[in-house]
Amino acid sequence: MAVRKLAPENMQPKSFAFSPETEAFADQQIAKYPPGRQASAVIALLFKAQEQAGGWLPQKAIEAVAAKLDMAPIRVMEIATFYTMFNLEPVGKYFIQFCGTTPCQLRGAGDIKKVLEKRIGDQNHVTADGTFSWLEVECLGACCNAPMVQINDDYYEDLTPENFDKLLDDLAAGRPVKKGSQIGRSTSEPFEAVNTLQDPSLYDGSVIGAWRKRFEETAKPAETAEPAAAAASVPQEVKAAKPTAGRPIESDVADTPAKRAKEGETPVNPADRAGAADQTKNTVVDQRKESGDKPAPQSSKSYVATPSKPEEGKVTPEAPTTPVAGTRPAQAETRRDGSESKPAVVVDKDNKTS
Amino acid sequence: MAKIIVDGVEVDVPPEYTLLQAAEAAGAEIPRFCFHERLSIAGNCRMCLVEVKGAPKPVASCAWGVRDCRPGPNGEPPEVSTKSPTVKKAREGVMEFLLINHPLDCPICDQGGQCDLQDQAMAYGVDTSRYHENKRAVTDKYLGPLVRTSMNRCIHCTRCVRFTTEVAGVEDMGALWRGEDMEITSYLEKALGSELQANVADLCPVGALTHKPEAFHYRPWELTKTDSVDIMDAVGSSIRVDSRGREVMRILPRVNEDVNEEWITDKARQIVDGLRLQRLDRPFVRENGRLRPATWQEAFATVANRVKGTDPKRIGAIVGDLAAVEEMYALKLLMQSLGVANIDARQDGTVLSPAHGRGSYLFNSTIAGIEEADAILIVGSNPRIEGSLVNVRIRKRWRQIALPIAMIGENADLTYPVDYLGAGPETLADILAGRHSFAEALKGAEKPLVIVGQGALSRPDGLAILSLAAQLAQSIGAVREGWNGFSVLHTAASRVGALDLGFVPGEGGLTAQQMAQGGVDLLFNLGADEIDVAPGAFVIYQGTHGDRGAHRADVILPGATYTEKSGTFVNTEGRVQIANRAAFAPGEAREDWAILRALSDVLGHRLPFDSLNALRAKLYAEFPHFAAIETITPADAASAVQALAGLGGSPGRDAFVSPIKDFYLTNPIARASGVMAECSALARELRLEAAE
Repeated sequence: MAVRKLAPENMQPKSFAFSPETEAFADQQIAKYPPGRQASAVIALLFKAQEQAGGWLPQKAIEAVAAKLDMAPIRVMEIATFYTMFNLEPVGKYFIQFCGTTPCQLRGAGDIKKVLEKRIGDQNHVTADGTFSWLEVECLGACCNAPMVQINDDYYEDLTPENFDKLLDDLAAGRPVKKGSQIGRSTSEPFEAVNTLQDPSLYDGSVIGAWRKRFEETAKPAETAEPAAAAASVPQEVKAAKPTAGRPIESDVADTPAKRAKEGETPVNPADRAGAADQTKNTVVDQRKESGDKPAPQSSKSYVATPSKPEEGKVTPEAPTTPVAGTRPAQAETRRDGSESKPAVVVDKDNKTS
Repeated sequence: MAKIIVDGVEVDVPPEYTLLQAAEAAGAEIPRFCFHERLSIAGNCRMCLVEVKGAPKPVASCAWGVRDCRPGPNGEPPEVSTKSPTVKKAREGVMEFLLINHPLDCPICDQGGQCDLQDQAMAYGVDTSRYHENKRAVTDKYLGPLVRTSMNRCIHCTRCVRFTTEVAGVEDMGALWRGEDMEITSYLEKALGSELQANVADLCPVGALTHKPEAFHYRPWELTKTDSVDIMDAVGSSIRVDSRGREVMRILPRVNEDVNEEWITDKARQIVDGLRLQRLDRPFVRENGRLRPATWQEAFATVANRVKGTDPKRIGAIVGDLAAVEEMYALKLLMQSLGVANIDARQDGTVLSPAHGRGSYLFNSTIAGIEEADAILIVGSNPRIEGSLVNVRIRKRWRQIALPIAMIGENADLTYPVDYLGAGPETLADILAGRHSFAEALKGAEKPLVIVGQGALSRPDGLAILSLAAQLAQSIGAVREGWNGFSVLHTAASRVGALDLGFVPGEGGLTAQQMAQGGVDLLFNLGADEIDVAPGAFVIYQGTHGDRGAHRADVILPGATYTEKSGTFVNTEGRVQIANRAAFAPGEAREDWAILRALSDVLGHRLPFDSLNALRAKLYAEFPHFAAIETITPADAASAVQALAGLGGSPGRDAFVSPIKDFYLTNPIARASGVMAECSALARELRLEAAE
């Protein structure tokens, strides 16, 4: 954590008073808590005061919050200094919080940092025109769109030195900028064509139980081999405690059940099961009985987008479920929003009212 | 009660006990830094880790309740181990972490030798460091003239923050920043604004906060420790006077649950330099308008000459605020033998008098009794400066139950919310007449408490006000079997002792004010420095410091301060306590009773004792309750309050004014102290700032 300190005296404004808007906000926040517990609203008030003061908390703002909440100034100061989201020194008009945590770092945050250092200078330093300042922060939680920065309240993701440089140019010039991903993808969807999970059979229900079926098929020889394994449990020969010197024991390292099955042998080496017949040594294993019945569904409601209902004769879904290659998921017909499983819930697909 | 097994010892403790308390009940010692019995539990130092059977990890015993422990599978009591290898390893780990950033400056640290961290490192420290990085460096903070900081040493136990917030009641200190950058400081490094602030240095388990005036002056193991009692106010806090050779080096609080718990005021602690400055170390005699050093014989002869030629009716004796019972008794006997009735120990003009019974001038509820009160009315007093530790008790009670507290007099910040009712006697009369809403609160209370201060009593109509307060106490049921809520808060340590002795004007005698204003030709002044003696009278001043009394004196007899003599003091509750001698008086100064004994010989009225023990034997024979040290001889308060209530009288309309203008400069010792002067200047600044 960077060393923080209060802004020097000459930077501190002489006074600070809540604007009517801040005052209203403060009263609203205080009303959330029972009488006498108004101090609970301290973080909300500090944040609002920071917003009003231009992105940082002057000493007078801390005192104003303390007075508003009937707290000792030191108590408010403790909070303002504890949380790094409160800036105690002036910041630029565009305060850039640059994510320097591992995922961003792996995706090229180092280059973004170089851009910041080149254009703005050291962190915690406001450019001469007051436009920019930046600060390296810990993970901001947009790792899938790494590298990213937060400028004031918005995230700017999928940065490259070039588009970040342009973004800063645009901001400095007052041109409109695009929030979120800078390469045009929507939220954190795959940034190029969808190329996974495309097999239509994944969505028609035909794969349900397939894995288990395959497992049962491969496991069958093992079951049939059991009597043989029991017979093999009788020691065939006395093994030497140590390999004879000079004559390395040839053992197949990759003696796996899969390999043995492929070679037409019993998947489990009978020698490994030699002790199985010895009842005293046996661990009691719950022999799972395979019955033909499917486990009862926990709920009649299916959370699969287009439930396949073989018992109703609907083997294939009514609507296409496979994304068409080349279309972005946001535009895909198959996009699900949860309304299928909860018909009573009206979902705002464009997510406008939030 | 809950059963718990600590190290194999089964104890039965209240379920709300913490494991630490339970362990102590079982005789196991638990190391701790952040935990303090009188402060809230922080649980952040982790030194008190113990092993609880069934818990996956060691637990912090200071913050883990006995009732939170799970019993064993068959209902056995929970088991705690405080000495297991796991515990030792855990504590060693904690200690290692604490020492990562703790500087190795014990040789130059004032806490060396009295340091919790040092002591506990002896038990749990490892002798090498596995840490190769630089230690963290923290800038030292300014916390005022009494507390010196060395913040590199801080281990962030937050005891100081909790003390100032909870006990002292000023939210001055806090922990800023976080994690490794955490720093303890006051808001913008302002000086602490409490009259109890120096206690934080006592509380500090390391050397981060030390006493600034004593910095680098001594090592704790060089000091001779003497148990004593503080006389800076009438609370009579238990103190320990530490001296080296002839010099008192420091004063520390002693635990006394009945009086001061374990705090003392800054004035009680830091007047140490006042004990050696401005001292009168030889007799003086005024010749041609100038005081000149003299021998004891010369001084006594001068006094004897004067006394011989003066009518006993024109002789008077005044006693100051710091006198012990012994010398007051000797002076009273001497005056009696001279036939003098003008004796008074009430230089502030208070109306309290033994005539109305002992219960009329004691803090009858007792200081510890404040913790039972459920409604408090403070009349004409600012307990925060007149009896800071009484105020601490009221605040403690207010933290237990938010009881109604109201105040009549000068409006002041008492560190807890107070209903300010009014400034003068008429408000008191209103409450008595039931015309005030607070009367209901008092009437409804189980154990109401009325505290009357000297601000209401040191005035001509004081008796009428005292009577009014007594009537109120009676009408609200404050005086009854098992509870006496009529309490007088004194400001002078000598006052209750003097009243017990009957050191008040006899038949036709003059009061202190009358004597000072020219009522006598020869005034014997035993350490009264807060009274102006009008020109004309011949003043014999027996005292310790070159203060106002000495300036006015014609003969000065140098006496001993409370650390230089064995003296009995009676606190505002009527608790008899003895201050023991920790050092010797400077130069030719002598113990006060001995001076009076020697003077009586010269005057031809030899006092009937040759030793302190003989004096005390005679004193105890006459006033048996002085022999009951450390206890309060109960007074018949009910009849005293009845008598007071019957006095009646019509009080004036003047507002109550606190007798203490400056907390730090109330007596000659404090006025001689440079530290107190500094504190006083700072407090004045703070007051000006607050007034802006």
